[in-house]
Amino acid sequence: MATTLLEVENLTVRFPRLAAVQDLSFSVGVGETLAIVGESGSGKSITALALMRLVPPPGRITGGSIRFDGRELTALPDAAMRKVRGAEIAMIFQEPMTSLNPVLTIGRQIGETVRLHEGVSRRIARARAIELLDLVRIPEPHRRVDDYPHQLSGGMRQRVMIAMAVICRPKLLIADEPTTALDVTIQAQVLALLDNLRRELSMGLLLITHDLGIVGQWADRVVVMYASRKVEEGSPDAILDAPWHPYTQGLMAASPRHAGDLHYRRTPLVEIPGSITSAFGETGCPFVPRCALAEARCREVVPPPLSLGDHLVACVRHDPFKEAADVALAG
Amino acid sequence: MVDTSLAGGGLAAARPDQRPNAPVGSADREGSGPVLQIASAQAARVGGREVPSAVARPIARPGTLRILLRNPAAAVGLAILFTVAVVALLAPLVFPGDPLDIAGPALLRPGTNAAFPFGTDSLGRNVAAGLAHGARITLTIGLAAAGLGLLIGVLVGSVAGYFGGRLDDLLVKLTEIFQTVPPFVLMIVLVAIFQPTVPTIITAIGIVSWPGVARVVRAEFRSLRNKDFVVAARGLGFGHRRIIFREILPNALPPIIVTASVMVAGAILAESAMSFLGLSDANAVSWGSMIGMGREQIRTAWYLTAIPGIAIVLTVLALNLIGDGLNDALNPRLSRSR
Repeated sequence: MATTLLEVENLTVRFPRLAAVQDLSFSVGVGETLAIVGESGSGKSITALALMRLVPPPGRITGGSIRFDGRELTALPDAAMRKVRGAEIAMIFQEPMTSLNPVLTIGRQIGETVRLHEGVSRRIARARAIELLDLVRIPEPHRRVDDYPHQLSGGMRQRVMIAMAVICRPKLLIADEPTTALDVTIQAQVLALLDNLRRELSMGLLLITHDLGIVGQWADRVVVMYASRKVEEGSPDAILDAPWHPYTQGLMAASPRHAGDLHYRRTPLVEIPGSITSAFGETGCPFVPRCALAEARCREVVPPPLSLGDHLVACVRHDPFKEAADVALAG
Repeated sequence: MVDTSLAGGGLAAARPDQRPNAPVGSADREGSGPVLQIASAQAARVGGREVPSAVARPIARPGTLRILLRNPAAAVGLAILFTVAVVALLAPLVFPGDPLDIAGPALLRPGTNAAFPFGTDSLGRNVAAGLAHGARITLTIGLAAAGLGLLIGVLVGSVAGYFGGRLDDLLVKLTEIFQTVPPFVLMIVLVAIFQPTVPTIITAIGIVSWPGVARVVRAEFRSLRNKDFVVAARGLGFGHRRIIFREILPNALPPIIVTASVMVAGAILAESAMSFLGLSDANAVSWGSMIGMGREQIRTAWYLTAIPGIAIVLTVLALNLIGDGLNDALNPRLSRSR
């Protein structure tokens, strides 16, 4: 793995009545794509906002550290943090329809970021905006630069968002479900664009998604989150082909497959019973209420993460080292 | 106000040469922002991912004024206001000298002497000259007081709505205190403490008129501050001031503009009312002070109060018509239902 760009350790974000993120640790290397997957409410988006120190009040970061490029972000003063945002860590949001200011031209919105961080003149900012529109492959950028957001399609708006995010050449780009609001063909284009930019600008990319298809295709490493905690981490191959945690196994089983009964006319689509809200108030493993394999000891303590190589899982029923040993002995 | 905020940097230069490309149809419907937004979004989906830019090119700039002119009531309002403004501008040319000077015989009825079309008052002053010069003072006070009220109201409302929390509580309480004090009484007290001159009258009216704006602006900011684009702006490292004035305020402008037009009318009425009570600048003629001075002769020379009274009614009516028209033109919900 390349040198570490972002290192998150035991990050905890609390709201008055619940913890949105608990003891979350992960790292992103320079030029690496890390995907965080999980269902709605698992804490993915709050994690992204926490990295930017933009957790909406009354929530706040109550513990852990976020080390980015040699600095501790949780201890940075507000003014210094503002200089990091947009310039060194940039973020793309889920909803391109509402993430652009409706009354400002896209050129002005893209240019504003460079003007803020690099103090360039209006004219240079405009030229940079056109350049960036071209980079994100918007046709006729010199004309489009004066368009208002409502004159663009969803895919183009997301490209504009990406242009705004990368104009200052950030070292880390956080993409919070960048393609959820887009239709499938545009999704692929936007992801390919993000991947190209990551390589061209050698950015770290933190991709937050609930689409396992995206994970398999674009991520270098995957973190699976459930109910505010990391339950599994590993390479996409390991996670997608041989998941260890019952939750990840359930996720994989619940993904529609193109083989066989495509429309699920004869057999129902597998689902994980229950809902993520059942994790509220659990003392042990948060997945216990929905887990078919739960035992008494699962309710006792939060399972500590155990790893074998770079594959990590937090489940008391699963000791990867012991299993590997068993396999080796049996073989 | 709208134009500059919508135009942004470099836009003006690029627009003219692109305009001819827009088909007549799209130019006709411009200005009704959200309708077009939906239309263009649908077009974008139907026609694949790229839309020929000429088709989806509504021009935001001249929309408001054009819609305003198409609305008969608002057009009448604009015409009246324009006439008053021209009279105010030309007053020193048409009626040179001080309108408070004695110009002819006292209490000349309107229409009896061609030199005094609106007659003269009890001291022989030319009513027509007073009316023209009064338009200047009245409009100045109306605009300046509304401007001051707008400034205070926008600052208080935006800070309260944007930051929320304790600061919001404090500013809301302050606003409520100002709203519970009868504005007219407060205004009279303020003008009576300081001398009744044009600047103090403007200040007094401005100080009593801001709470309404503050509430409108606060409500807008409260709904806008959590919008995705504001979060996105924060994510790009924008500071609070930049977010308040460059990201949120342009979005909150339509209701502010509508409120402003009605505030000017309110300020003119307030000034007239105070002048009627004698709290006016003794060295300047305003319509209100003309009514105040003509009050004594209301049974013998009714025209002395009626003529400036009509001028006030027409101007205030015009401003209200424009306010209504602006509301129709700028309020997306209304323009969609029509």
